[in-house]
Amino acid sequence: MTEKKIRVLVAKPGLDGHDRGAKVVARALRDAGMEVIYTGLRQTPEMIAEAALQEDVDVVGLSILSGAHMALTPRIMELLRANGQTHVKVFLGGIIPDEDMLRLKEMGVAGVFGPGASTEDIIRDVQTAMAG
Amino acid sequence: MNTSQAILDGDRLALARLLTQVENNSPAGRAALIELFPYTGQAHLIGVTGAPGTGKSSLVNQLAQHYRKVDDKRVAIVAVDPSSPFTGGAVLGDRVRMRDLSGDSGVFIRSMASRGSLGGLAQATANMAQVFDAAGFDIIIVETVGAGQSEVDIARLAHTTLVVEAPGLGDDIQAIKAGILEIADILVINKADRPGVESAEKALKSMLELAHPTERVFKHHGAYMSVSVPKEHANPNLWIPPIQRTVSTEGKGIVELAGAIARHVEHLRQSGDWAARERTRLEAELEALIRDSLMNRFREDVPQKQYEEVLEQVIQRRVSPWEAVKVLLNGRLK
Repeated sequence: MTEKKIRVLVAKPGLDGHDRGAKVVARALRDAGMEVIYTGLRQTPEMIAEAALQEDVDVVGLSILSGAHMALTPRIMELLRANGQTHVKVFLGGIIPDEDMLRLKEMGVAGVFGPGASTEDIIRDVQTAMAG
Repeated sequence: MNTSQAILDGDRLALARLLTQVENNSPAGRAALIELFPYTGQAHLIGVTGAPGTGKSSLVNQLAQHYRKVDDKRVAIVAVDPSSPFTGGAVLGDRVRMRDLSGDSGVFIRSMASRGSLGGLAQATANMAQVFDAAGFDIIIVETVGAGQSEVDIARLAHTTLVVEAPGLGDDIQAIKAGILEIADILVINKADRPGVESAEKALKSMLELAHPTERVFKHHGAYMSVSVPKEHANPNLWIPPIQRTVSTEGKGIVELAGAIARHVEHLRQSGDWAARERTRLEAELEALIRDSLMNRFREDVPQKQYEEVLEQVIQRRVSPWEAVKVLLNGRLK
């Protein structure tokens, strides 16, 4: 009861309706012993930030396949900061071009995973980010 | 700023963080609970339980919307989902059904993993409810998967417990099995637009009649006979759980369900059961804390080495567990 669990919010912002990847990641993180809050499809940045606040998560994992990641991701990070959740690590998965990956990391995104990323890598990076 | 003061001032980030500390039973969490305790005792606790797939989360979503729109109450929701017994991880998915509630600052939803700790879940839930209570939420809804003893324990926390059923989940033998149905203050048949709703209601009704016999009319060799319960056994203060039909995906039956909950609150207040339930709940909490403290004191007083030596003797069948307890406790008293 005293051991602190890693709490992760897995969310799908924007309008694409493909949540298979998000669910696979949620399941993998669960199997790594984390507590994963899954919010479902078509979340606005405001909904995601509010859920992250209420759930007091350590990590937010976003799945974006629509190409809107350069608009949605900064907005969500801005709202997290505005709510005082400066410690929350944001990870992103989806179809992300290489040049965007660099810019997202500059913005403070803790990790970006494209197609073919293994769940082991995702788990390891989340655990490393939490330990560091 | 002081955490407790921040909670009383309505700071949502402080509230979220304190909930984590309380859930983890940290010293800071306990300290805040002590400070907040005088501000608790105002909220109405509603427990919602039932088998997986009966639509509890959707029902809670509708009920919370009702309390927001019609009664302008502030609503907190604690949604408990199971932890994996193998990895300790969990996927908490109740928020998926509660998206209508996002963006409303009068609602606070917190997902919680059961973590499978012995009796710890009920304690953690009770403490989280106290935090919400002190933070000024009028209604606190605790949603659990109805699958065992911990749910019964959580139901004991609530002033009003809803047990949610759905058509087609079981026959009338399920309904007379002991357990989850017995704790219901209100029985809800959700998904009432589905086939089998009549037989589900009939099964619940006959279960209730066995539990609370009042007057029964039945057919005996072709003639209708009525049998009343003797007057001295009839209790005017007895609450017989009503059966409410709902279709939560369409919002049907929610107003009626809220009405039944309101009648139950009125009943609790008039019959004195409200005070009795508060007493039972606080007493159970006190007992659990005493047990924990005694256990901690025992662990501090008895060296681990001595404990393991005695345990080894028990394993080798040289000392029985009862004798071992005596040795360990008397060792402590010396």
